[in-house]
Amino acid sequence: MGVEICVEGLTKSFGNQVIWQDVSLTLPAGEVSVMLGPSGTGKSVFLKTLVGLLKPERGSITIAGQDITKLRERDLYEVRKLFGVLFQDGALFGSMSLYDNIAFPLREHTRKPESEVRRIVLEKMDMVGLIGAEDKLPGEISGGMRKRAGLARALVLDPEIILFDEPDSGLDPVRVAYLNQLIVDLNAQIDATFLIVTHDIASARLVPDNIGLLFRRELVMFGPRDKLLTSDEPVVRQFLNGRMQGPIGMAEEKDAAQVEQELAELGTDGNSGDGEASATPMTPRLLPSPGVTRPPRWQAIAEREAELHEPKQQQKQEQEQQQQKQEQEQKQQTQQTQQQKEVTDA
Amino acid sequence: MSLSPTGALKHSGSLFAMALDVIRTLPRRPFQLREFIQQAWFIASVTILPTALVSIPFGAVIALQIGSLTRQLGAQSFSGAASVLAVLREASPIVTALLIAGAGGTAICADLGARKIREEIDAMQVLGIDPIHRLVVPRVLATMLVAVLLNGLVSVVGVAGGYFFNVVMQNGTPGAYLASFTTLAQLSDLWAAELKALVFGAIAAIVASYKGLNAKGGPKGVGDAVNQSVVITFMLLFVTNFVMTAVYFQIVPQRG
Repeated sequence: MGVEICVEGLTKSFGNQVIWQDVSLTLPAGEVSVMLGPSGTGKSVFLKTLVGLLKPERGSITIAGQDITKLRERDLYEVRKLFGVLFQDGALFGSMSLYDNIAFPLREHTRKPESEVRRIVLEKMDMVGLIGAEDKLPGEISGGMRKRAGLARALVLDPEIILFDEPDSGLDPVRVAYLNQLIVDLNAQIDATFLIVTHDIASARLVPDNIGLLFRRELVMFGPRDKLLTSDEPVVRQFLNGRMQGPIGMAEEKDAAQVEQELAELGTDGNSGDGEASATPMTPRLLPSPGVTRPPRWQAIAEREAELHEPKQQQKQEQEQQQQKQEQEQKQQTQQTQQQKEVTDA
Repeated sequence: MSLSPTGALKHSGSLFAMALDVIRTLPRRPFQLREFIQQAWFIASVTILPTALVSIPFGAVIALQIGSLTRQLGAQSFSGAASVLAVLREASPIVTALLIAGAGGTAICADLGARKIREEIDAMQVLGIDPIHRLVVPRVLATMLVAVLLNGLVSVVGVAGGYFFNVVMQNGTPGAYLASFTTLAQLSDLWAAELKALVFGAIAAIVASYKGLNAKGGPKGVGDAVNQSVVITFMLLFVTNFVMTAVYFQIVPQRG
């Protein structure tokens, strides 16, 4: 069972530069949450603060009843055993083979015999599709493989909380799709609390239960997926639609007058913007693969998704049937004409 | 690195704090024997050859300087005594310091720095492993061991080099050179030199680890960290050398 993370009034700055302030949110136990934000808004810093690698200036982070911002170093190491973290580049140990990398936490923290270690490591490697690459060094494999190996290493201690730092950066779209499926399957299997930090909107729409958006040194919004996808907040809508028009600029933020003008233009331009917005909530959620046994939570989600998107599917089916009919008719017609030709030739 | 006076104080403070952390972590079990042996072997392998090659000319220069001086004074029989004294007391700790900081320290700093910027250190901390315990303590102990052994090597090679230049090149008498060995130098000189080497090893490894673990800003950050670590280590080692020599002269009665 996952663990709830409760963040309250968190503020972090480097020197005079405030990264974000007064961030309060609760990551519900066992659910998948995504933290979105333009580049440079301190998403990775947020992640590192959650595991206690960086100390916030103010605020508290409560995990399993302990405020980790106030823990002593030694107790912090104990709490961290609850975590599995996938770093941006996998953060594998360059001097060890993939097998040793993945076995590392087991060898350090448990007294399991080597045969048991081997069984667990191979199981996790199979899970991320890395069987056959055990003896490779991290320098010899592609970025995608490094990422999957990092994920396998994060999983070996059966963590209660798994944090992903940009799991989709530097991966091709197909691998991103596989990784998203893997994340959902994992959540159904091990029931841990997931937090994914990313700026990939497509994944953010497909995967999570909750979405948060960091912008302009604060948490703009955090809540259930439907709420953010249908939100009218300009920043949220701009980011989720990947538009240029809106409060987010190339450097950091635009001045208010320009934003208003752009949004007005967008409104008069036609319905393209609204069309996008109304299309967003219809994105169906990614469900666990058919082979994965679904816990009650996922069953409920699957049923709700089915209800939401069934009408659409029926329409599609009807359309397909109509198309098939038309095609058949055309075929018949061509056959008839051919027959007629044959007759006339004869 | 900020140039403000408080910045310098802060860095000294953090460095000292890390040294205390290392001492505090020292007795924690399990001891990382494998890492210790690997690191000792690695540091020895990068320092032994340069140390030997540096100490031969060091011994030779001392022999040349003293040789001509003693000949002018008619005290050739003392050239062995002076050569041993110089090599044992000053040359060997200084050469050891240079090599430990320049070859061993840089290797440690570059290694840890590269791990830091690749987020390996963060990953290790997140996996619940204290890098001070897992990485720094074995490196500090390994460097101390190698420094002590290097000091012995420098003494032997330096004295041998001095012998060669004094006896073979300057036609000194071997018997007089060997017989005067212990007229000025004494056994406590060797112990003092070994103690110095031990302390130098600890300082070099702690500074290198501190700089490596605090590297930031990509590959350039690692280069800067190595650069700073060498400069800081040299300064610290020469100051320490001076202080320890001064204290040694006060504590141990001198011969001659």
